Amino acid sequence: MKISKDVMKDMYLRMVRIREFESKAQNLFAEGKIPGFVHLYLGEEAVATGVCECLRKDDYITSTHRGHGHIVAKGGNLKFMMAELFGKATGYCKGKGGSMHIADRDMGILGANGIVGAGQNIAVGAGLSAIYRGTDQVCACFFGDGSTNQGTFHESLNLAAIWKLPIIFVCENNNYGISMSQSRHQAIKDIADRGAAYGIPGIAIDGNDVMAVYEAATEAIARARKGQGPTLIECKTYRWRGHFEGDPAIYKPKEEQAAWLKKDPLPRLKSFILENKIMTETELSDIDKQVKGEIVEAVQFAEESPEPTVESGVHDIYSDIVEEVRSR
Amino acid sequence: MKTMSYAEAIREGMSIRMRENPNVLLFGEDVGAFGGCFGVSAGMFAEFGAKRVRDTPISEGAIIGAAVGSAATGLRPIAELMFCDFLTVGMDQLVNQAAKMRYMFGGKISLPMVVRLPAGAGVGAAAQHSQSLEAWVTHVPGLKVVFPSTPQDALGLMLSAIDDDNPVMYVEHKAMYATKGEVASMNPIPLGKGDIKHTGKDVTVIATGKMVHEALDAAKKLDAEGISIEVLDPRSLYPLDKKLIEQSLSKTHKVIIMTEETRRGGYGGEISAIIGEEMFDYLDAAIVRIGSLDSPVPFSPILEKAYLPNAQDIINAVHKME
Repeated sequence: MKISKDVMKDMYLRMVRIREFESKAQNLFAEGKIPGFVHLYLGEEAVATGVCECLRKDDYITSTHRGHGHIVAKGGNLKFMMAELFGKATGYCKGKGGSMHIADRDMGILGANGIVGAGQNIAVGAGLSAIYRGTDQVCACFFGDGSTNQGTFHESLNLAAIWKLPIIFVCENNNYGISMSQSRHQAIKDIADRGAAYGIPGIAIDGNDVMAVYEAATEAIARARKGQGPTLIECKTYRWRGHFEGDPAIYKPKEEQAAWLKKDPLPRLKSFILENKIMTETELSDIDKQVKGEIVEAVQFAEESPEPTVESGVHDIYSDIVEEVRSR
Repeated sequence: MKTMSYAEAIREGMSIRMRENPNVLLFGEDVGAFGGCFGVSAGMFAEFGAKRVRDTPISEGAIIGAAVGSAATGLRPIAELMFCDFLTVGMDQLVNQAAKMRYMFGGKISLPMVVRLPAGAGVGAAAQHSQSLEAWVTHVPGLKVVFPSTPQDALGLMLSAIDDDNPVMYVEHKAMYATKGEVASMNPIPLGKGDIKHTGKDVTVIATGKMVHEALDAAKKLDAEGISIEVLDPRSLYPLDKKLIEQSLSKTHKVIIMTEETRRGGYGGEISAIIGEEMFDYLDAAIVRIGSLDSPVPFSPILEKAYLPNAQDIINAVHKME
């Protein structure tokens, strides 16, 4: 597949953005500036990038607890994201959601999700909505290997298959469901095989090769837009960090980690771009610089933003009812 | 004025909105040509077609999830669970997704969706097909809950439930589907507005769903004894019409709360607590709660009858209060 220079450049930009955002989040969490839990997407950047590169602004995504990468790749605003991680009033969710619940309706981001597998059923609703309204929108549904053992996986793939919904089920097989490796949590090697159980195409690809992801997503999205139904794409990748920041990940063999670090998707794309003279070193480092600036701005925005007011804690539960703040 | 059954009124409410708004659709298990397990959607498939009245596989999580995802992206879905009891299977989509999305996302996503929950005992359906689980949903911030007791209320509340921009749980009592009543108004009944089903001055009986009819039966019998009870049907469990309760208590000073749910942890307890905390000064007697026995719903007709509360329980409670 011939991929244009503009697309290559854009994919490089998106991957660097995710990498830098996540590296910054890692440091900020370690410094105690981000409360709660943070699940980082480091090492998996090629998956979100390759898929979202093929999506339009009006297409949908559903995401996971490890959602920063998807949101950045779909075009989420870094300032609002960072402010939400800080729990600030200016964050995407006014400080009510945090890392695991970022959504942006205007960008088609139907939310990161703290419940493993839950986004799969929501994607079914988005897909239903698209065909019902007669649009050619699609929904990319991101989820991990661990979630393919949830009932939601079965329910949603089956329903999407019989209704021929425009959904791309993107399994990020990062080899771990929290501490349980794939070989311990399921008896199959290729999750893509499960597509056959629903009569839909299932393909397994190298999830650290952004061009392979782009190619597979392009094809699946084209099928979906034509009304030919869902596809299951299994992207083999690796979670560099623990399940959450603070997890020492003693269950990951050192050799395994080292081998996967060598397969870092970012230098891989970079060398391809340079070797094929798609862009110059200078062009690439300009992108790096631009992203570094964006991250500095995002952190500054988050740090300088106001905390939410206590009263705001009872707003937005309903469209029309504000609960009373009871005296204690 | 028309006479309709409770089931017909639910169907009419859904159909009115589906005729007016192409973004309203119904889906669930066997709701299509089959007409729904209890025939509530009979004829709707013929009128609206397979696109708008959709059969789903037996996948309660996906049914509620499809409602969440489609509501978030511009539709106004009505999802039917064949039995309220099957909520257990789809609970994550309801509690962790539907109820919380608006809040978690800072108010930026609306979920105009209705989940129909056929509840209640009295039809010999035993422990997994007879429960009244409204307390599970009233407990969750982000959900609204209605429970009509008459065809008129069934129609008016369905219209409001569909019109609402929040997830509304529409509890319908399966033993009342054939109950007929007059439907004088085709207008929506606002959520949060209770109704006095029988005016009285001695004791207020707050009753929900089918229990409203037990209370009306008790009212008739007590009238003969010269005791006048007021039957108050909140119709919406959340938001709750506290004002109407207060007005009634300011007159009667005594209250019985009657719900079909097992009493322990039921929504009747919440109503009781609200009255105790906010309306204590009106009370001349301890609050009485009447509910089903704290057991699973039994199968045998004799056991099921003994399990369910009835008009006699109210009469006995009133006598004790006098």
